[in-house]
Amino acid sequence: MRVPLSWLGEFVELETGTTPDAVHAALVKVGLEEEGVHEFELSGPIVVGQVLEYVDEPQKNGKTIRWCQVEVGEAEPRGIVCGAHNFAVGDKVVVSLPGAVLPGPFPIAARTTYGHVSDGMIASARELGLGEEHDGILVLSTLGLDPAPGTDAVSLLSLDDSAVEVNVTPDRGYAFSIRGIAREYSHATGAVFHDPAASVPLLERALDAPEFPVAIDDRDPVRGRVGATVFITRAVRGIDPTRPTPPWMIARLTLAGVRSISLTVDITNYVMLELGQPLHAYDLQALDGGITVRRAKKGEKITTLDGRDRTLDAQDLLITDGSGPIGIAGVMGGARTEVTDATTDVLVEAANFDPVSIARSARRHKLPSEASRRFERGVDPAVAVAAASRAVQLLEQLAGGVADAVGSDHSTHRAPSAIELPTGYVAALVGVEYTADEIERALAEIGARIEMVDAGLLVTPPSWRPDLTDKSTLAEEVARIDGYHRIPSILPTAPPGRGLTRAQRLRRSVSAQLAAGGATEVLSYPFLSQRSNDLFGAAAPGPVTAMRLANPLDSEAPLLRTSVLPGLIDIARRNLSRGLTDLRLYEVGTVFRPEAGTSYGSGPLPVGNARPSAEVLAELNAGIPPQPRHVGGVILGNAVARQVGQPAVAASIADAIAAARQVGAAVAVQVDVRQGSHQAMHPGRTAELLVNGTPVGYAGELLPSLAHDLDLPRVVAVWEVDLDRVIALAPLEPSPSPIASYPAATQDLSLVVPVDVAAGEVLAAVVDGSGALLEDARLVDDYRGAGLPENSKSLTFALRFRAPDRTLTAGEASDSKLAGAAVAAERFGATIRE
Amino acid sequence: MPETPAITETSVAGAVDAALTAIAAATDSAELKVVRARHTGENSALAGFNAAIKSLPGTEKAAAGKLVGAARGRLTQAIAARDAELVEAEESARLAAESVDVTALASRQAAGARHPLSLLMEQIGDIFTGMGWEVAEGPELENEWFNFDSMNFDEDHPARAMQDTFFVDPVESHLVLRTHTSPVQTRSMLDRTPPIYVVAPGKTFRTDELDATHTPVFHQVEGLAVDKGLTMANLRGTLEHFARLVFGEEAKIRLRPNYFPFTEPSAEMDVWQPHAKGGARWVEWGGCGMINPNVLRASGIDPEEYQGFAFGMGIERTLQFRHDLNDMRDMVEGDVRFSQQFGMVV
Repeated sequence: MRVPLSWLGEFVELETGTTPDAVHAALVKVGLEEEGVHEFELSGPIVVGQVLEYVDEPQKNGKTIRWCQVEVGEAEPRGIVCGAHNFAVGDKVVVSLPGAVLPGPFPIAARTTYGHVSDGMIASARELGLGEEHDGILVLSTLGLDPAPGTDAVSLLSLDDSAVEVNVTPDRGYAFSIRGIAREYSHATGAVFHDPAASVPLLERALDAPEFPVAIDDRDPVRGRVGATVFITRAVRGIDPTRPTPPWMIARLTLAGVRSISLTVDITNYVMLELGQPLHAYDLQALDGGITVRRAKKGEKITTLDGRDRTLDAQDLLITDGSGPIGIAGVMGGARTEVTDATTDVLVEAANFDPVSIARSARRHKLPSEASRRFERGVDPAVAVAAASRAVQLLEQLAGGVADAVGSDHSTHRAPSAIELPTGYVAALVGVEYTADEIERALAEIGARIEMVDAGLLVTPPSWRPDLTDKSTLAEEVARIDGYHRIPSILPTAPPGRGLTRAQRLRRSVSAQLAAGGATEVLSYPFLSQRSNDLFGAAAPGPVTAMRLANPLDSEAPLLRTSVLPGLIDIARRNLSRGLTDLRLYEVGTVFRPEAGTSYGSGPLPVGNARPSAEVLAELNAGIPPQPRHVGGVILGNAVARQVGQPAVAASIADAIAAARQVGAAVAVQVDVRQGSHQAMHPGRTAELLVNGTPVGYAGELLPSLAHDLDLPRVVAVWEVDLDRVIALAPLEPSPSPIASYPAATQDLSLVVPVDVAAGEVLAAVVDGSGALLEDARLVDDYRGAGLPENSKSLTFALRFRAPDRTLTAGEASDSKLAGAAVAAERFGATIRE
Repeated sequence: MPETPAITETSVAGAVDAALTAIAAATDSAELKVVRARHTGENSALAGFNAAIKSLPGTEKAAAGKLVGAARGRLTQAIAARDAELVEAEESARLAAESVDVTALASRQAAGARHPLSLLMEQIGDIFTGMGWEVAEGPELENEWFNFDSMNFDEDHPARAMQDTFFVDPVESHLVLRTHTSPVQTRSMLDRTPPIYVVAPGKTFRTDELDATHTPVFHQVEGLAVDKGLTMANLRGTLEHFARLVFGEEAKIRLRPNYFPFTEPSAEMDVWQPHAKGGARWVEWGGCGMINPNVLRASGIDPEEYQGFAFGMGIERTLQFRHDLNDMRDMVEGDVRFSQQFGMVV
């Protein structure tokens, strides 16, 4: 809401010289947040000039300029070049003299142009910041003005005014008016407030004219609320359509962000801004009989003021006459009954429409208007009569119209119900020991009626405060009017806590481990294309079930991710494009894994202000798809950079597996690998990851053709695990055994096996066979070549043996080793290589 | 067999002198070993003397033995001393040879980094668990009831329109990407009985295109306290404590009236930053208020018995003005250089 200060000052005492900043500072205290300041942004000598004579001078460029002599209240007239031709000798115009600055900023100086020294500029309305009109310069007689040359045009046209803009919260529709803001300013500063609605002489009741019946006929109210509770109309006849809008009104409308259109329309807008009541003026002569307010029929159409044909919805509330719809109530009028520059007789409408109905229509037709904005937030139902009266008054005073008793005075709105405010409640909620007097004063100030009852106060909110519905809303008013600065600061004591949950601790451990291992954490968006999701969401090809957004930002990426890898790959590509070629990224994040064949969501929602039954809650929760946390990573370029005395080590599947194993280490589980396959990964360089035999994810290298398509290097190591599952598989607590301190015996074991036997399985066989004495075993070499049978390889394992209760002999260690070799021999035909 | 040498003071002294000269002349410990073998080993003069002692008459044995023993003692001592000298010199030489340019060494592992938004959420979790609160979580894809209805949003509230909220297709399934972490408030209240003190950090979604100040995926933290007798003064106390831990001891809180469906009274909170670049300032930090009675009712908590407060703030925004970051895109794009400026600490 933009509030011109001169206007504000009509209804609340504003000390002379009060700055926009001071007004903002006051309003923010009562909850109207500062949005900005609007001014005409002009300065310097801008005066009234009278054109004494001119010569039209055709130019080589085809234009004809006017060389004018203009009297500006000085000893000599000034010579000014003007490109416009919409004025005559004797016309009064606005002249910006050298030294003036027009909005832009556009400084004016005497300058040579078209062979003359132009000693100033004759301004158009647009150049002065008064709207978009650019059909030539501003001739003051068109505004009904005839000032003496040399008169200061800035004050003449009210261009010295400025406006503050504040954000009005949705609960306080009344503050979408100068009336409401003036009241709030008075709350904030204590300045005296004069209600403009109270000072308008109210119209007499309308005649019940038989030729002009008005009916409210809402047979299908939205959410049970009748569409129109107030419908005031009045005819005004004999308007002089040639009368201009006075400059002070144009200036105020302009500062308020409303374009000046014609006097009649400007008056309806002016009254709306002043009192918060949206008004509509119909061309009375274009009306076909009386008016009926009703819901639209299916398929019914209207051409709105903006010239667009719109098909109406059965929920749209309409204003209709004998010919059909003439307006979408509270949203926009129809073109057929529009006030034109020939209109002499108008019907002014001041109605109160149901906020929900209006909001739905405005949204449905994508037509947020000044009127719908106010109706959605609630318009004071009691101000309609005053607003109609004020509009009629201005149409009489400024436009030469004469009020007519034809119209309607329909009103069924009910006064707000009283709210009981128990003694002590406000203090107990806000934490300030307000006196009874402070509470009553605050509530009286906002316009509430107060009665004393046994339990405390019975408070009837004013008609413009539909948001005051229970005692907590009244408590807010007391705290707000009294000032939030009075609320003290007391740190509450929570009961002794339990710290983080186990899962929270383990997730932190995983992230810390990965970052300590050299990876950088990223947070990617979860919006994916069908292709990405299908490719990464499952190991085997085929469509992957995913949640689809109804309104994605990017229609190419409407699905919620089933894998964190596509987002990671995107981020890797962005980093690569910025010249960062060695990357190790990871992300911990939610993926969305609906099960195929299950339909998610819920039926109609339970009410919001009561706890749903256990069954209903269970149904709501069952309709939410599983959203496990995954952790994944991308490693590319060099895993170890080329450095002094050390060649680069290129990233590979080994890095991916190592990262997945770090995740395991962080939560105290062992991640095992076995040869795997995944549609997005290299067929020979993919590992399936397992914890206690349960698959938890994959690690490998991207399919090289895919990497190529993504402009990535040929080798991109990737990995992803279901972190929730890994944490579920992790032991609740470690089960440590005592540490044996007897000496260890170490021995190597080289086994020759066929090349296609996985080393991990041979190792497992050795471990299985070696028995309890084997403490540690690892693969240290894989030899192929001379000295071995064809298609075989020699795997060397370093083994460490130890007994818990004695020093092992070499023989015992050897026996254990041979037992391990025997199992490998049994499983894979392994032979010992001496 | 060599001739049996005569054991005289002169002959022994001669052998000792020859040995001492050789010991002194040894230039490294290997050479010294050779010297030791030659002058004290089996074929040395001393060994010869030792052997000769046996053939001496009994009366001379003791004196000869003493003479030869003393000589051996001198040599052993001299060899040990020389050996120590040589070993020390050799070690020094080796150390000198092994020295490296410490500025030119290979680094085996590059440092990684956490995302500062994650770190900030963890820090906030720590602040509140330190006060006895819990860190609560909930699904990112929610039923509308948790996201809106239970938070006292009317079915026609403008925030429920498609231009603000991501809806799952079909819209009638009532599934949305949560627009705030508030559904976690409802879930916390449904799962627990008062007193309840929880914070809920997490990811949230709104249909804003990414630009310098907006991102469709962002993070929030909300706090919720439900207990007997909680007031707005407790809300302010909590926020002030929180602000001091996040922004430093000099941080202050200012409350301004505002409107939210889920709180009544509601307030916007500003935080005072005395050391902001460009001068001390109040910065808008988030929204808060006393929990609307309808929100308590949605979780089956009697508003006549319990009261509570709630607050919420954007993590991106908090990081932005705490560290003077101007462009939201830096937090979103995943450029490793951004996170690496923070490393493991925010």
